Amino acid sequence: MTEPESTEHETPVQDDTIRKEDPPVSAEPEPARSSAEPRSLAGAVTPAKEKPEQTGHTVTLKSVDAYYGEQRAVRDVDIEYAANRVTAMIGPSGCGKSTLVRCINRMHEEIPGARCEGHVLLDGANIYGSGVDVTAVRRAIGMVFQKPNPFPTMSIYDNVAAGVRLTGRKDVKLDERVEQSLRGAGLWDEVKDRLGRPGIGLSGGQQQRLCIARTIANEPEVIIMDEPCSALDPIATLKVEDLIHELKRRYTIIIVTHNMQQAARVADTTAFMLMGELVEHAETQKIFTNPDDPRTEEYVTGKFG
Amino acid sequence: MEAGALTTRDDLAAARLAGSSRGRLADPAFKWFLTILAVLILAIIVFFFVFLINKASPAISKFGLFGFTFGAEWNVSKSVYGAWPLLVGTLITSAVALVIGVPIALGAALYITELCPARLRAPLTMLLELLAAVPSVVYGLWGVFFLIPKLRPAEQWFADTFSFLPFVGGSVAGPNYFIAGLILAIMILPIVSAISREVISTVPAELKEGALALGATRWEMIRLAVLPYSRAGIAGAIMLGLGRAVGETIAVTLVIGNAPQIGKQIFDQGYTLAAVIANEFGEAANNKLHSAALIAAGLVLFVLTLLINAIARYIVVRGNRMRDIPPPEEELTMPTTGPLIGGPVMQ
Amino acid sequence: MSDVPANALAPISARRRHTDQVMRAVLLIVTLLALVPLVLVILRLLTSGLKAISWDFFTTDPSGNFLGNPGGIKSAILGTIEMIAVAALITIPIGIGVALYLVEYGKQGRFAATVRYFVDVLTGVPSIVFGLFVYVALVVGNVGGSGFAAWKGALAIALLMLPIVTRSAEVVLLLVPDGLREAALALGAPRWKVVTRVVLPTAAPGLVTGSLLAIARGAGETAPLLFTAAIVQGTSFNLNARMNSLPAQIFADVGQAQDRLVARAWGAALTLVTMILILNIVARLVARRSRST
Repeated sequence: MTEPESTEHETPVQDDTIRKEDPPVSAEPEPARSSAEPRSLAGAVTPAKEKPEQTGHTVTLKSVDAYYGEQRAVRDVDIEYAANRVTAMIGPSGCGKSTLVRCINRMHEEIPGARCEGHVLLDGANIYGSGVDVTAVRRAIGMVFQKPNPFPTMSIYDNVAAGVRLTGRKDVKLDERVEQSLRGAGLWDEVKDRLGRPGIGLSGGQQQRLCIARTIANEPEVIIMDEPCSALDPIATLKVEDLIHELKRRYTIIIVTHNMQQAARVADTTAFMLMGELVEHAETQKIFTNPDDPRTEEYVTGKFG
Repeated sequence: MEAGALTTRDDLAAARLAGSSRGRLADPAFKWFLTILAVLILAIIVFFFVFLINKASPAISKFGLFGFTFGAEWNVSKSVYGAWPLLVGTLITSAVALVIGVPIALGAALYITELCPARLRAPLTMLLELLAAVPSVVYGLWGVFFLIPKLRPAEQWFADTFSFLPFVGGSVAGPNYFIAGLILAIMILPIVSAISREVISTVPAELKEGALALGATRWEMIRLAVLPYSRAGIAGAIMLGLGRAVGETIAVTLVIGNAPQIGKQIFDQGYTLAAVIANEFGEAANNKLHSAALIAAGLVLFVLTLLINAIARYIVVRGNRMRDIPPPEEELTMPTTGPLIGGPVMQ
Repeated sequence: MSDVPANALAPISARRRHTDQVMRAVLLIVTLLALVPLVLVILRLLTSGLKAISWDFFTTDPSGNFLGNPGGIKSAILGTIEMIAVAALITIPIGIGVALYLVEYGKQGRFAATVRYFVDVLTGVPSIVFGLFVYVALVVGNVGGSGFAAWKGALAIALLMLPIVTRSAEVVLLLVPDGLREAALALGAPRWKVVTRVVLPTAAPGLVTGSLLAIARGAGETAPLLFTAAIVQGTSFNLNARMNSLPAQIFADVGQAQDRLVARAWGAALTLVTMILILNIVARLVARRSRST
């Protein structure tokens, strides 16, 4: 079971942080904003402390291709990930789902010779645009990996704070942030008395939740989870899935999974990929009971994959 | 209205993604800093050659490259400098080192990897590596005061009994080719056995189990599965040991007698490329030709070790290539950490 | 019920069994043979070396007397420590830096492959050639206002240690799991922070071990010092002048046919080997401690 107290003041804190960053690079004639004018979804000026759900973040992909050298692993994908929803990416091994999501947080290009083409828009801004700092993209779009990877030389506290420290944010009150994040990951009660102990001393499931805490401590807008429960036992898996239900109130979540039951349990919408192409994207219920595409039907009924 | 609002939102999104200008300089600066260090290494090697060739040129121009390298006489008083006796001495001592050292190193490697009880493996390995911890001057010291006197009777007996063999016979000099080769053998034991051990332990378990499942004895399994598979790696290990033996200076110069002639017997005094440099440098300080000749000898030595190491690398790479099975196709993620580059760390 | 033919489970031929036993014995003997020199050297070091050791031995300089009291090895010990410290200060940062380049930025690409090749080349260079190089580059021209000088000796040793440090650092850095680099990158860290805040701390124990082993190797080298730092009797802290060192002192004493000098050589050898052994043991302890966490 996840922690009941999820902090509600995440979004306004984000607003403050935006104002403190450097002025935008783009030369829009219209003043981008004044310090008193908060962002909004549809143009109406809304008060600063609004409910989180209404200022969620969308990710839109348009004609995205991903290459390893000359080999095209993802072809021409258009998909929109709705704000504060969980979208599952399913498909057989090698279909490109991991590659695709790594294009979203620009991790794919870290592989020598690999590149992404097309548009990936976070709330309308192209993350591949010129003038975009890739580390800022990764701060905004967090990732939890298949194999829990807490930093072995750091304590639990330092692990959670790592993202904040690595991105050079000096203005954050670390103690608060660490506690909020650990609560948000459902780990606070289990580790609050041993924050100074090494991060790798925890069990597998706890390590993964530690990684989740580390990710949300960075205050991302979107969280990508790449098969986050593959390495965990069923009970730890359940805890993480409960966590996902909580997390979607604050973040847009994209989860890659090869476990269809998991997709059915946690995802609002599901996207099915096959051989680098997006075959179908619809409400989870529909994908699993009444898909449009015969290939989807073959996959979810277990005919292959 | 919508468009305008989206622009506002776009701007904010773009602003969030723009990052700080200071942050964007740090990464390239760091990378360039490290790149410069790497360039330094290349520059050093180039400098090596340039300087050495420059300073050796008086001797090389006087005798010619070929004339110097294969010149038959090294006579300081006559100002004649030919490196052939030195080359021969180098080759003889290295050959002795390999003949004695390789079987022992290989045997120890096989024993430790395949035969010895598991709990003895670490202590034995550590003891073998301790051989490498002894500095060469200490080996030289030990050679002069222990090995030479202690082995002399045995050497004399051998020379008398087996005088019908080529290169054997005559009276045994104290310091001689054989002692030098023996000490070199001891000094290359750790490196040859460490690399061999590394190579032997990468033999796939399936190969070994396959042999055992056929009913092979332990030794037959080693002969059938382990040795053929490790051939290239062991050859590489031997070449590296050779390279080490060729370049060893201090221990050799203390026990070889430093006589600038080609000895007729294995128990004669001799000279090597490395030993001549160490031995004659003091007296050559004021003699331009002499020092140039010594530097030229150093060049020959340098090139020789380069050749040996290049051959070693070639053998190992070619052997690995013939063995490799292509990895299975799988969804690519970040490149995994590759196999240990260049073999184990030598001390 | 004996359908099983009588010889199905018969023991293997005596010849094969015999060969197996003989070869096993041979391999065991050969292994013990490999350890014989080690035992002999250590025994002789202890018996001859301990005789020379005394408090005076460590606190007096060599007197340069051929007859009479030859003095101790104080300048040699201090000289070795000074020069090796300087060499380590030069070579360890550069070596680790080059290894960082090769692992973090140059995994592919021809430049990195070339650098790696040349580091390999440097590993095979005989130590005397390093000394020769520094001699012709720096000593002959009296660079820095001195002929033989301690810093030049330290430089020669640094060159010798460089490929060792680089190679071992590269191995250790490659062992840092890529998942950690990915995690740091995914948090939005710039690459240089990934390297300095995640990779280096994780690799630190292995880097320390490799450095200590390289230092142990450098401390024992004689040939590079022969015509760079040369030898001198007195203790000095002047890096721009000749400096004594344990290997140089031993080498000088071995050549003398004087009992007391030879005795001093053994004492110095014992001291040197002990220092190297301590470095080795510390290196191994660091490695073992990091492996158990």
